[in-house]
Amino acid sequence: MDIRDLWIEALAGMLARPMRSALTTLGTVLGITTLVVTLGVAATAGNQIVGRFDELIATAITVEVPDKPAGLVAWDAPAALTRLRGVTSAAALAQNDKSSNLIVTANTLVDPTRVTGKSLVVVGSGPELPRATHGRMTRGRFFDRGHVERHDRVAVLGDQAAKILGVTGLESSPAIFIGGRAYTVIGILGDLRRERVLSTAVIVPSTIGADFGLKNVTRVLVNTTLGAAGLIATQAPVALSPNRPGVLRVVAPPSPQHARDGVQDDVNGLFLVLGLVSLVVGAVGIANVTLVTVMERVAEIGLRRSLGAARRHIAAQFLLESTLTGLTGGVIGACLGLVVVVAVSAARQWTPVLDVRLALAAPLAGALVGLLAGLYPALRAARMEPVDALR
Amino acid sequence: MSTDVIHLDDVSRVFPTEPPVYALREIHLRVGRGDYVAIVGPSGSGKSTLLNTLGLLDRPTSGSYILNGVETTTLRDGARTRLRGREIGFVYQSFHLLPHRSVAENVMLAEVYGGHPRGGRRRRALDALERVGMGHRVEFVPGRLSGGERQRVAIARALMGSPALLLCDEPTGNLDSGNTEAVLDLFDDLRDQGLTLVVITHEDTVSARADRRVRIHDGVLTEE
Repeated sequence: MDIRDLWIEALAGMLARPMRSALTTLGTVLGITTLVVTLGVAATAGNQIVGRFDELIATAITVEVPDKPAGLVAWDAPAALTRLRGVTSAAALAQNDKSSNLIVTANTLVDPTRVTGKSLVVVGSGPELPRATHGRMTRGRFFDRGHVERHDRVAVLGDQAAKILGVTGLESSPAIFIGGRAYTVIGILGDLRRERVLSTAVIVPSTIGADFGLKNVTRVLVNTTLGAAGLIATQAPVALSPNRPGVLRVVAPPSPQHARDGVQDDVNGLFLVLGLVSLVVGAVGIANVTLVTVMERVAEIGLRRSLGAARRHIAAQFLLESTLTGLTGGVIGACLGLVVVVAVSAARQWTPVLDVRLALAAPLAGALVGLLAGLYPALRAARMEPVDALR
Repeated sequence: MSTDVIHLDDVSRVFPTEPPVYALREIHLRVGRGDYVAIVGPSGSGKSTLLNTLGLLDRPTSGSYILNGVETTTLRDGARTRLRGREIGFVYQSFHLLPHRSVAENVMLAEVYGGHPRGGRRRRALDALERVGMGHRVEFVPGRLSGGERQRVAIARALMGSPALLLCDEPTGNLDSGNTEAVLDLFDDLRDQGLTLVVITHEDTVSARADRRVRIHDGVLTEE
């Protein structure tokens, strides 16, 4: 039997009752649609979440510098770091246990009825800090290189620290007092998007930090372009401390791939099971209808046998019919699923993410369902004795 | 080897029920090339069993059946199927046309199995339809044809592949007298063209047209 004849006979058998064939494919359509939607939406959503992470976390690297040995990282290290391709900004910070708990007051009055001193963190830093924390000067200005080199006794307050200390305006050049020494407040730093603890800190130029034992850089904040974090994480220690890169500890963002996998694992399980169940139901449907069809076409089977069809020809025809039914369901299901994925993405203003392998595998899965469903009916048809079939 | 198309020798068919049914009892039958034989008998006489045996749809319990020079009783299933497709054209009482396929497709179906070339298949089908006088209904579906026309299409299908034997089972059983006459005329034409015909019937008008009548009763065959 020519393979083309087999195709023609199977197609004709399927199209003889188009309505029934259409209804038969319905189960497979539902199953495949569910699977494609589940996998497609999960992939799309996973990518979106990763996209949001990207802006903040995926580009942020923190390098922790141990206190000893002293002077591992110089204060001008951020300038050296920004020469690396992929680094958008960097800033060095100094903070230690002693400086984390200093009493800061907004005036020198001693009022026995009130506690006027607030315990705040004092941090030494270079002039690059606002950019590196994605912060904004809500009032005044940040100190510059001039302040640092002149050892000016100026301070910038985090916005929360300013509130705690009651510093609201800078028109009168308010001062704060730390350990009996006065510092002029020249600005308030707010809207921090990383290193948010600085909103309750007092930030002073690195050269003034020595007043509080803040001589050495203890932390370097690095921001990179998207995708450069992994590379910069390996390069930063060498750039910051060429002699002893090994003692620096780099805190790099988690790889985006992991975030995506995690999201998919969470979302998918239930819907995948649902899709598989619908596929099984679809297979049972195809098996049922094919079996009914076989019983209805007993005379046709007998006729084909009398025309010289072997048992395997009969089996092949019914198997191909059910496979084509499943394939049709798979193709329709894949199309519907993709439309739903695109629609959901459009509604959420996401970028739909489509795995081409998924679009191709879905119709094949449908065909496989049809093939499995057709096994038993095809066997029944092939086993039929021509004498009985023609009676 | 003789030139007989059919050579039945001592053929019996017993159905192993309780008690056993002897559908055919030691039958001898020879049908030569170009013969036109009618097999007549009441229902339950073993007619159908004889037809199934002759058509290689059933296997005799004992005896020998030589079809066109080939001993069939020792053949395996696949070889019997091929032989059936090649040597025998079936014509049924209920036509057995596929309802959703055109007349031409129904006739072409006869060449789907058994290694016939695809090229020229439609030409051969049209020739066969022309032969039975149905060349003007090629693209009709069977549902739009009269009973007589349907039977002629079925005969055209049986003629595809030039079988050695045309085996007809009550070919006029579903036809009125006018259509019966037309089909019987067609059988006469085919016989004149040298085809071997075996017609199983219980109608005297049909058997009267045959050259030879064989009666079967209780599984026993007698020449008339």
